[in-house]
Amino acid sequence: MAVETMTDIPVAAPTTRARRESQTALMWRRFKRHKLALVSLWIVALFYLVAILAEFLAPHDPGAYSARYTYAPPQGLQLFSTDENGGWRFFPHVNGYSTEVDRQAMRRIFVVDPEIEIPVQFFAPSDPYLLAGFIPMSVKLMGVSEARAPFYILGADRLGRDLLSRLIHGTRISLSIGLAGVTLSLFFGIIIGGFAGYYGGWFDSAVMRVIEFIRSMPTIPLWLGLAAAMPKDWTALQTYFAITIILSLIGWTELARVVRGRFLSLRTEDFVTAAQLDGASDWRIITRHMVPSFMSHIIAAATLAIPGMILAETALSFLGLGLQAPIVSWGTLLQDAQNIRTLASAPWLLAPGVCVVIIILSMNFFGDGLRDAADPHGR
Amino acid sequence: MSTLLSVENLSKHYTLSGGLFGAERRLDALTDINLTVEAGETLAIVGESGCGKTTLGRCIIQAQPASAGKVVYRPKAGGEVELSALNKRQIKPWRQDIRMIFQDPMSSLNPNMRVFDIVAEPLRIHKICKGRELEDRVIGTLAKVGIPAEAVGRYPHAFSGGQRQRIGIARALVLDPKLVIADEAVSALDVSIQAQVLNLLEDLKSEFGLTYIFISHDLGVVNYIADRVVVMYLGHVVENAPTEMLFERPRHPYTELLLEALPIADPLRRKGRKAEVRGEIPYLGNRPQGCPFHTRCRYAQDVCRAEKPALRRVNGTAQEAACLFAEELELKGAYEDGPVKVLHEA
Repeated sequence: MAVETMTDIPVAAPTTRARRESQTALMWRRFKRHKLALVSLWIVALFYLVAILAEFLAPHDPGAYSARYTYAPPQGLQLFSTDENGGWRFFPHVNGYSTEVDRQAMRRIFVVDPEIEIPVQFFAPSDPYLLAGFIPMSVKLMGVSEARAPFYILGADRLGRDLLSRLIHGTRISLSIGLAGVTLSLFFGIIIGGFAGYYGGWFDSAVMRVIEFIRSMPTIPLWLGLAAAMPKDWTALQTYFAITIILSLIGWTELARVVRGRFLSLRTEDFVTAAQLDGASDWRIITRHMVPSFMSHIIAAATLAIPGMILAETALSFLGLGLQAPIVSWGTLLQDAQNIRTLASAPWLLAPGVCVVIIILSMNFFGDGLRDAADPHGR
Repeated sequence: MSTLLSVENLSKHYTLSGGLFGAERRLDALTDINLTVEAGETLAIVGESGCGKTTLGRCIIQAQPASAGKVVYRPKAGGEVELSALNKRQIKPWRQDIRMIFQDPMSSLNPNMRVFDIVAEPLRIHKICKGRELEDRVIGTLAKVGIPAEAVGRYPHAFSGGQRQRIGIARALVLDPKLVIADEAVSALDVSIQAQVLNLLEDLKSEFGLTYIFISHDLGVVNYIADRVVVMYLGHVVENAPTEMLFERPRHPYTELLLEALPIADPLRRKGRKAEVRGEIPYLGNRPQGCPFHTRCRYAQDVCRAEKPALRRVNGTAQEAACLFAEELELKGAYEDGPVKVLHEA
C-alpha cells in the first residue's frame, strides 16, 4: 500500500496539499485531536441553534399560562406505544394527567397517567409567528392536535407555564447576552488593549492601573449597585442592553490584557519590524500583520470569557436585580426555584441550572481546545 | 568608488528606569561611531554579542532613532539625504533603497501570509506595480533566489530554514535596493546552507550591483564575504580595515583576540595556541574609564586606563585602529603560520 502511494502520486501532489494548509487549517487539525473540545463544540453549536430557532422549537408561548396545570410534572415524550398484545408501533405521544389529592399536605397533585395517550404531531400547524423576528412561519416542531390537552414535556411552573418553552426562550436570552457582552468587551478590549500594547508609554501604564483597579473591586456588589441604579420603568429591551453593558464593563479588562500582551510580544517580532522597514503604515501593520497572528488567541480568550458572562447574568437575575419578570432567561427561571418547598415538590424547575452547567462546561472545554490549537508552542 | 552611506558621530543610549523609586540609569549602546560605506563594497561589522553591532544596523536603517549623530545616504554623486533627520513619511521613499535581511528566518516571515504576499508586500506598500506586473516581479525575484513558482502559494512553515532565508532575501531585493543590511543573515543556518546562502548573496550582489553591510560574529564568514571589516567592542569601533590587512596583521589587541578564537580545522596547527581570553565583557552600564578594552587587554599599560584612544590611521595605511600602541604592537593575524605544511619528518 505504502509503496503504491509512493509511486502513484505525482510529485506535484504535496505542493497542492501544502498550498491549502493555511494557519486556520492547521489550527482545525490540531483542534480535532482534542476530542472533548470537539464534543463541546457540537454541544455549544446545538445550544446556539436552539437559541436561534427558539420560536420554532418551543411548543408554547413562554408567557402562556394555564391555572389548571400549576406545577404539572414532566410528561416526557414517548415515541412508541405498546398495545395489549405486547406489540409496539411508532406513535409519538405524551401521557395525560390524573389528579390526586395529597391527604397530608391537603393539596391537589398531578400524576402522569400512562393510560391516557395524547398524540403528538411533528411540524404541527400553529398560530403565525416570526422566526428569529423576521421569518414568518406558522408551523412548530411539535404540538398536540387537541387544543386543550396538556403538553408539558419538562413540566410546568407555578403559573402552569410550559418549562420547556420557557427554557428554550431563556436559552436565547442567556446565550445572546453572553455573546453580546463578550462582543462589546472584545470591542473595548481590542481598542484599548491594542493602543496600550502598540504605543506603550504612559497610556499603557495608565490603562493597566485602571484595569487593576476595576479588577480589584468585588464584582457582585458592583453589579448590584449598577443594576439597582437602572430605572424601573425601562422596557425589557433597555434592561437587556443595560445588563449587557454592565457585564462588559468588567469583561473588557481581561480581554484588553490579553490583546495588550499579544501586541507587546508581536511588536518585537522580526516580521513586524520587517513590515515597518517596508514602510507600512501603523494601520497596515496592525490589521495585516498583527491582528491576523493573534486573532485565534483572541477568539479563544473570548470563548473562555462567555461562560463568565452567562454566569454573571444568571447570578444577577437570580438575585432579582438583572433581567426582570417578562423577560425569560435562565437566571429569571431559576428564581422560581429559590425556595426549598418548591424544590421538594417540583424539582424539574432546576432544569435551567442543568443547562447552565452543561453550557459552561462545554464552553470552557471548547475554549481550552481552541486555545491549545491556536498556540503553536503549547503542544 | 563613491561613498554610498556615512555614519557620523552616531551614539545611541538607552535610559533604564530604576523602577518606581530607583534612579534612572543610562546605558550607552553605541558611542561616537564613524564609518563610511562605499558603493559596491561588502562591509562587515563584527564583534561579540552585546557589542552593539545589531543596534548599529538598526540605527542605520532607522528602525531605531539614534540619540545623537547623523546617518547620511548619498543615492548618487552630489545628492545627500540625512536619513536620521527624516520623519516617518519622508523616509518612506528611501526605504526602497535600503533594505534589511533578518537573522532568524523563523520569525522574520509572517506565518499567516503566503510567500507570494510576503514578497509582494513591499511592492504593494510602495505602490510600485500591481496585477500581472506585480506577479511577474515577485515570481521573478523568488526564482532568482531559488524558490520555484509552484511554491509561492505556500505558507512559510512549509519551508526549511535555508529556504525561508532565501524568501527573506527575495523580500529585501524585490524593491531593487542599493544597500542591503544583513543582520547575522546566515548565523541561524546549518554550515552547508550558510555556504549556499553566502554564494547566493555574492551572486546577487554582482547581478544587481548591491552594497552590503554584513553584520556577523563569525569571522570565518566575514573573511569569505567581506571587502572591509569594522570591529566593534562595547559600542565603539576599535578597528576598521580591509579584510586582507585585518586578517594578516590586526592592529588592535581585541581583533587579535577574536582571530585567535577562530576555530582551526587542522589539529596540527592547533597546538601552539594560547587559548587565553581574560575576563568577561564589562556591563554596558558600567563601562571602564580610558580605553574600553583595557580590562581584558594583555598589553594594557597604565596610560590605557586613563586615556581613551581615538580611531586613527595606522602608519598612513587604509587600516584604522583605536589603540594607543597600534603601531608598536606585534599582533598575530590569522594567516601567520602560512599555508598548512605537510609533515615531511614522519
